[in-house]
Amino acid sequence: MAQRTVTIASSVGLHARPAALFVEAAQGTGLDVEIGRAGEDAVDATSILGVMALGAKHGEEVVLTADGDGADAALESLVALLSRDLDAEEG
Amino acid sequence: MSGDTRHGVGVSPGSAVGPVVQVAPPVRPPADEPAPTDAGAATDLVLEALAAVAADLDARAEAADAHAQPIIKATAMIARDKGLAKAAGKQVGSGKGPATAIAAAVDEYAAQFEALGGYFAERVTDLRDVGDRAVAHVLGVPAPGVPTLEGPSVVVAHDLAPAQTAALDRNHVVAIVTAAGGRTSHTAILAAQMGIPAVVQLHGATEIPEGTSVAVDGDAGEVTLDPDMALIEAQRERRERRAAALAGVSGPGATRDGHAIALLANIGGVDDAIAAGAQDVEGVGLFRTEFLYLSASSLPSVDEQASIYAAVLRPFGDRRVVVRTLDAGADKPLAFANLGEEENPALGRRGLRLCQAMPELIDSQLEALAMAAKETGADVRVMAPMVATADEAAWFASRVKAAGLPKSGVMIEVPAAALRSRHVLAEVDFGSLGTNDLAQYTMAADRMEGELSDLLDPWQPAVLDVVAAACAGGAEHAKPVGVCGESAGDPLLALVLAGLGVSSLSMAPKKVPAVRLALSLHTLEECRALADAARSARTAEDAREAVRAAASEELTAIL
Repeated sequence: MAQRTVTIASSVGLHARPAALFVEAAQGTGLDVEIGRAGEDAVDATSILGVMALGAKHGEEVVLTADGDGADAALESLVALLSRDLDAEEG
Repeated sequence: MSGDTRHGVGVSPGSAVGPVVQVAPPVRPPADEPAPTDAGAATDLVLEALAAVAADLDARAEAADAHAQPIIKATAMIARDKGLAKAAGKQVGSGKGPATAIAAAVDEYAAQFEALGGYFAERVTDLRDVGDRAVAHVLGVPAPGVPTLEGPSVVVAHDLAPAQTAALDRNHVVAIVTAAGGRTSHTAILAAQMGIPAVVQLHGATEIPEGTSVAVDGDAGEVTLDPDMALIEAQRERRERRAAALAGVSGPGATRDGHAIALLANIGGVDDAIAAGAQDVEGVGLFRTEFLYLSASSLPSVDEQASIYAAVLRPFGDRRVVVRTLDAGADKPLAFANLGEEENPALGRRGLRLCQAMPELIDSQLEALAMAAKETGADVRVMAPMVATADEAAWFASRVKAAGLPKSGVMIEVPAAALRSRHVLAEVDFGSLGTNDLAQYTMAADRMEGELSDLLDPWQPAVLDVVAAACAGGAEHAKPVGVCGESAGDPLLALVLAGLGVSSLSMAPKKVPAVRLALSLHTLEECRALADAARSARTAEDAREAVRAAASEELTAIL
């Protein structure tokens, strides 16, 4: 199982547009990806409601996990996404 | 002669003609929906309904403009959410019918989001929208909400949620008419910002048959069914005259005899700031900062706040930007600053009262504003909401000074602060009348209660008296008093406010040109006479009519 830890860079946290972009990317991997806080129950990263209910905010660390072929590469791309300020790219 | 003319309350100026498109009301699952005999088939029905909703939303997203597209796409993602489907399936398993199961699953998530508070609680509207659509699909009734518009349309509804208003296709919506709503409802404010003529409080609006041609007059608050050519022509001529007259004036606001009245914009975020910064306005009279906090689950860091404030300040260069510090409370709860349930949120620990209970809120905000002001060199002036006493004003002024910001002010929205403005304004550099809340508190009428629209009419002579008292107190210390409520954007009322002594008017940027024209057609002395006429009137209606009759015909001909 692949695992990565990343700090949320979006200035207003992981919700709305950043959450939608993240979930779309997670769905795009075709793998079972989970996201959560270290030591807490993780949620399905392909569920927008699950990701929003997580309520991860700017500067917070989250743990991503995935299983299967290409899991490492998939997580790398998701880590890269979360490391950008997705809000700042609007408009 | 045109047909049936009905009267409501005009909340966004302008006129338009078009066919009625009715917004279907929300649907509820029937209370007696039977338990499914075949759980597998019922689950399939749930999944099919959610899939159909997702597909419909995708199609709408394709047709929507760039602004609405991401909002609709995000809603489609909710419809396609595996967690929601699973939760609804579980409900079917426990013996609920498909429609009831969807509603129950939505309730589960809604409760979670509401518990998170702030931004998440707001997203509940989108979640419920998905649930309502899926329930309608199961029941085989029309989907609630705004149907896909295929051409110029007058959107008619009982009421519109702010999210629905924001998602309206601006290429096709020529006017908005609602049966409920009020002057200061969020829908009214949004319609004015979008420049779409709107009439609220039109009784029987939802009974107007789909496709009926209607002429909507957002100034007079009139809706005419099956208008004849003469009326359509008259409205068109007025629009043209209006456009020509408004194009004829520009630059800083002033009366005909050159008395300056600054014309400012109300903004609520970075997008608004960029849009307003490009307009012919003298700065910002009200920057609402709540968006920064409602979208956070903990107090945003000072650096985070400062970078967003700088983005808001930059488009205005050396023009002034009046920042209202955090105005939250029980009605706009924050995830990280909740003082608990209150019986009467509007009268509770909101605005400055909340900040006095939790000083770290305001201190971090002022520190961030000072950093942003230094970085951008902007003319930043901060003011506190919900100030009632001179002591509160002094407390705020000391915090502002400690943060190193040059100017402090107070919102005057509590009648106590208006009546005692002589002492309240002595503590600060300026006052700003929030006429929406000032009317609410003067008339003891809830702003969100559309049925009380008449009491909340900003022309109520009692409200004008309170405004006059606030201006008189400011004048004693030569402290400027502005207006940042919706009434500043009413060209006739703006004249009255100028006559009462206000020195700046802040409004939705779309409303600025008509107010600029109104001021340019009257001397300060004439404005004072209009103010006297309004205050001498017995009712709000009389006050409005007296001013309309006495104002320059050049102005009233285009209103």
